[in-house]
Amino acid sequence: MIDFWLNLPPLVQGLIKGLAVIMVIFPLAGACSMAERKVSAWMQGRPGPNRAIVPWFAWIPFVGTFLQRLGVFHLIADGAKFLFKEEPVPGHVNKLYFALAPAIAMMPALTTVTVVPFGAYFNHAGEVIPLVLANVDVGLLAVFAVSSLGVYSLILAGWASNSKYPFLGGVRASAQLISYELSMTLSVIPVFLWINAPGTPGTMSLAKVVEFQSLPGFWGGTWFVFLMPLSAFIFLVSLFAETNRQPFDMPESEADLVGGFHTEYGAFKWSLFFVAEYSHMIVGSGVFTLLFFGGWNPLPWIPLASLVGWLHQATLAAWTVHPLFVGVLSLGIFLGKVVALIFIFMWVRWTVPRFRYDQVMKLGWQKLLPLAIANLIFYALAIAFIQKSA
Amino acid sequence: MAVIPLERKTLSLAERTYVPQILSGLKTTFKRLLRPAETMEYPEQRPAIPPGYRGVPTLVRDPHGREKCVSCQLCEFVCPPKAIRITPGEVPAGSGREHVEKGPQAFDIDMLRCIYCGLCQEVCPEEAIFLQNQYSMTGYTRAEMVNHKDRLYELGGTLPDAHFKWDKKKAAAEHGNAH
Repeated sequence: MIDFWLNLPPLVQGLIKGLAVIMVIFPLAGACSMAERKVSAWMQGRPGPNRAIVPWFAWIPFVGTFLQRLGVFHLIADGAKFLFKEEPVPGHVNKLYFALAPAIAMMPALTTVTVVPFGAYFNHAGEVIPLVLANVDVGLLAVFAVSSLGVYSLILAGWASNSKYPFLGGVRASAQLISYELSMTLSVIPVFLWINAPGTPGTMSLAKVVEFQSLPGFWGGTWFVFLMPLSAFIFLVSLFAETNRQPFDMPESEADLVGGFHTEYGAFKWSLFFVAEYSHMIVGSGVFTLLFFGGWNPLPWIPLASLVGWLHQATLAAWTVHPLFVGVLSLGIFLGKVVALIFIFMWVRWTVPRFRYDQVMKLGWQKLLPLAIANLIFYALAIAFIQKSA
Repeated sequence: MAVIPLERKTLSLAERTYVPQILSGLKTTFKRLLRPAETMEYPEQRPAIPPGYRGVPTLVRDPHGREKCVSCQLCEFVCPPKAIRITPGEVPAGSGREHVEKGPQAFDIDMLRCIYCGLCQEVCPEEAIFLQNQYSMTGYTRAEMVNHKDRLYELGGTLPDAHFKWDKKKAAAEHGNAH
């Protein structure tokens, strides 16, 4: 099986991996949109979508009703609706760019997933092998580089729509994303200063960051959120802005811009923007988890290796150390953290009202950026001091 | 008037960062998340109708199943949006109600015009038309939204009657008393 896989031409391998990413991220983003509707409803004291059901599921006595009440089938209903409803293309738009924008929105959203490790297993030598589609050394740099391309789709959509509200939405999107990218990038530099000690080969790999959070000892096992809380905070705030989530959803801002950059869009093209936004959220949460919340380590100071060791001791079963089991376990832990973060995204959405545009700019340039720079200088000095004395 | 100067407190650092406020807001929204839903799931759950509710106007029968409307057309003339149209007719011979003289041959209420004001109920000398609890009127065509006489009686049903006015009148007439 493994040999067969390895003997496949690299192009076919890449194609299969890419399709796998689409097959996973697309439904995951859909599930997030469903979760968003449900969480919003619960926070507003409503039951939320709970009617759609597939007839065969209605025959299952208890589970069927539960899934119906949970609104699981609305996900399928929504998807089918977006696929089959009429695609309106307004007469006044630039048709090529209008159709291109949603496609461009999807590309960076799906591409960034390839460099994000989502689990790990141990090989026979006991080394940690991260589960990642492309374990490149540039890691986080690739995420930043590709995900920031997503803003082009918003600008393109706003411009191609040839209408004032989408245009304003596009302009806001570009300004906002550029502003917050600075603080975001600056906030993670301390993490990489810490893991790239002088004399060791430099890396921007996210798997390496997790490795540093699973070292033995008090300082080794500390998640970076405890070591660098301010970095984590700045990164999280910038992440909200980068993914255009409330309170930073200026590009959409339905109160003052009708629907923002996608006002003129409908049906499947619109849903592509939506999926792209949720993919950005998933990837962003994943990166945040890897950088500051220990990746696939279950608890602070308890790395994955210890958990697997305890499980093996408790059950004495061989399957507990099987790479497949460890891989699924680590994937589960990682996804659990990502889902929790996505819930926080939704939670904040219904807590903090949308900022005014000037407040967004002021917060980004006058508060967050100086804070990120000060944070960087502090940690640079501290890390230099610690590594010199060590 | 005395002017009382109040001390204006400057915001503390914690307040200026907004973080404690946002955290307390998060607490509030999370509490909301755990509370049961406030809404009613409409077709299955129906709201309790308060007394005196003005729903769809209906025609009612008396406890003996006789129609009460005497086709006086007061409701038709009082109806502000002119939703009611009555065609007066004779009470058929042999029904035992010939002394009532008139009854509606046709009674139409156009529910696309009706404003649910209740003036028809107010004006009716026979207590024959009532705005009852039915609040949901739907139809696919304009014609479906016109309630005809049989539909009005079906919606109205029977309501208790305290007077039996026409029975008393009949009895009085039989005893030689005009009223």
